[in-house]
Amino acid sequence: MRALTWHGKHDVRVDTVDDPEILNPRDAIIEITSTAICGSDLHLYDGFIPTMMAGDILGHEFMGEVVEVGAGSTLKKGQRVVVPFTISCGSCYHCGKHQYSACENGLPADNQDIAQEMYGQPMSGLFGYSHMTGGYAGGQAEYVRVPFSDVGPIVIPDGIEDDKVLFLSDILPTGWMAAENAEIEPGDTVAVWGCGPVGLFAVQSAFLMGAERVIAIDHFPRRLELARRFGAETINFEETDTAAALFEMTGGIGPDAVIDSVGLEAHGFFVDNVLDQIKKSTFLGTDRIHSIRQAILACRKGGRVSMPAVYGGFVDKFPLGALMEKGLTLKTGQTHVQHYMPALLNAILEEKIDTTFLISHILPLEQAPQGYKMFHDNQNEVTKVVLKPGMALAAE
Amino acid sequence: MADTMNRASQDDAPLSTANNEREAMDRATDSLIVRRGDKLVARAVTINSPRDECYAFWRDFSNLPPILDNVVRIEVLDRERSHWVVKSPGGGLVEWDSRITEDREGELIAWASEEGADIPNSGRIEFRDAGNRGTVVVATINYDQPFGTFGRVLSRIFQREPKMQAQRDLRRFKQRMETGEIATSSRTRQQLEEERN
Repeated sequence: MRALTWHGKHDVRVDTVDDPEILNPRDAIIEITSTAICGSDLHLYDGFIPTMMAGDILGHEFMGEVVEVGAGSTLKKGQRVVVPFTISCGSCYHCGKHQYSACENGLPADNQDIAQEMYGQPMSGLFGYSHMTGGYAGGQAEYVRVPFSDVGPIVIPDGIEDDKVLFLSDILPTGWMAAENAEIEPGDTVAVWGCGPVGLFAVQSAFLMGAERVIAIDHFPRRLELARRFGAETINFEETDTAAALFEMTGGIGPDAVIDSVGLEAHGFFVDNVLDQIKKSTFLGTDRIHSIRQAILACRKGGRVSMPAVYGGFVDKFPLGALMEKGLTLKTGQTHVQHYMPALLNAILEEKIDTTFLISHILPLEQAPQGYKMFHDNQNEVTKVVLKPGMALAAE
Repeated sequence: MADTMNRASQDDAPLSTANNEREAMDRATDSLIVRRGDKLVARAVTINSPRDECYAFWRDFSNLPPILDNVVRIEVLDRERSHWVVKSPGGGLVEWDSRITEDREGELIAWASEEGADIPNSGRIEFRDAGNRGTVVVATINYDQPFGTFGRVLSRIFQREPKMQAQRDLRRFKQRMETGEIATSSRTRQQLEEERN
C-alpha cells in the first residue's frame, strides 16, 4: 500500500509499504477514504518528538471502510467508520469509567516504560505518534490496522459525506471536552486562547453549552475571522494587550472560564533532561507556557481553567499562587474520544454542529508531503488539510 | 504467615520498595519464599477480572509463555514439577526444574528451583480481592544474579533486567485477562514474529 512515512525533520515521503494484517481477534482493517493532517503532526514534522523511527506511518485523524475483521470485532465489512485517535481497550477500570485516554491496555507492554517513568503511569495508545505512545502505524495511508475495533470506531450512516464527520476522530471531541471542562453556566463569559481547530470547536461548543459571550484570542487574522463567524468577540494579541483587554471587556471581573488551546506540544513530550538542554540553548522552556500563565491570571476569582492544550514535561514560573489564592479549578487531560463520539455524531446529523468550514485544502494522499509543507509554512491560510487516498492526482 | 505487603516495622510499604534491599530480602526469605539468591524483585498489578480466573490462568503454566517475554517454553512434568527454558541475559538459553512449594487455590502459588538450575530462583504469586476493581496480583521473585555485575549490565542492554521484565510481564498478564489479547503495534504478521523473538 501507499503511506505517508516519517524520515526525519521536514522529511516525510509517500512510500510503498506492506499492507497491514489482522493480528489480534479484536482487530479490523480499514481502507482509508479521508484523513487529516493535525497541528500536532507538525511537531513530528519539525522533529520535536522523541522516539520516532524512520519509516513510521503518521496520521491520527482518519476514517474509511471496513475491509477485514478479526473474530472478536463487532464491525462488518463495508461499514463506514470514524476511528478515534486514542487506542483504548474498553475492558479496564478506566475505560469502564469512560476515561478512555487513561486506558491501561492500549499500549503494548514494552512501550509503557517511558510514560511510566515520565508521568508515573502509562496512558492509552495513540495512532501514528511516536513509539512512546505505542508505535502504532497511523492512518495517512491506504489501509490501517485498528486494534480493539469493537470499542473505538463509530459507524457512520450512509448519505453523509466524510468531511462532515471526519473530525469526530480528534479535534471536535477535544474542543467539546475543553468546553465541558470549563463547566460553563448560562450567562458566562468564556475566553479561549488559540483559534486552531480545537480552539474554534471550543468556541462553538461553549455557545452550545450556554455561554453568553466568548472571547477568542489569536494572531492569525483568518482564524480570528472564523471565530467571529461563530459569534465570538476577538482579541489579536499582536495588536492588543490581551490581559488588560480581557479585564476591560468584562468590566474588571475577568472571564468566568478560560480555555487554553495553545499549549507547548512541540516540546511537551520531551523527557526532562532533553528539555533542560533545549531550554539552556534556546530559552524555549520559560516562554512557551505563556498562554496558560495568562489564562490563569485573567480568570475571575473562583473561576474555571480548562486546558485541552498538550503539555508533556516540566514548566517554569507556573502561577501556582494565583491558582490557589483565587480558588480556581483546573481541569485537563487527553480527550476521552470514545465517550463523546455518539452524542457529537448526533449533533452533526441534526445540523447543530458544522465542521466543514475548517477545511481549507483537499489533496490526494500522494501529495501529502506538499500538504505538510504548506500547513507548516502558512498557518493563516491553511487551516486544515484533508488527504484522500482515492483521489486522482490533478493534471500537471 | 507474614504478608509481603506488611513490613514488620517502620511503615506499611511492601518489602520490595524498601531502600535497604538486603534487609528486605532477609525478611522475605525468612518467612515467605525459599531463598535462592541475593536479588529480590516484586511488582503488583490490579486486574479487572475475578480472583479465581486470574489464579486458574496462571496455575496452568502452559498459558504463560506468551505472557512471560523471555520464556521460550515450559514443560509441565507433573502437578508440582515443571521444566523451564528461558532466554539468558547474556544470550543463549538457561534452564531449570521448578517445584511448587505452596499452592492455595485462588490465593497463592509459590515455587523454588531445584538443584542444578542455571539461574536459581524462587518466588510467589499472590491473588487478592480488590473489590469492584477485580484482583490485585503480587509477584515476588528471588533469584541469583547471573554473571554478577557483568550479567546485570548485559541484561540491561538486552532489556532483560528482571525488575523491568517483571513489570512488563504483569502488564501482559493484565492485558490477556482484561482484553483477551496482548496488545501489539506490529502491522504485519512478520513484524509480530520478529517482535516476539
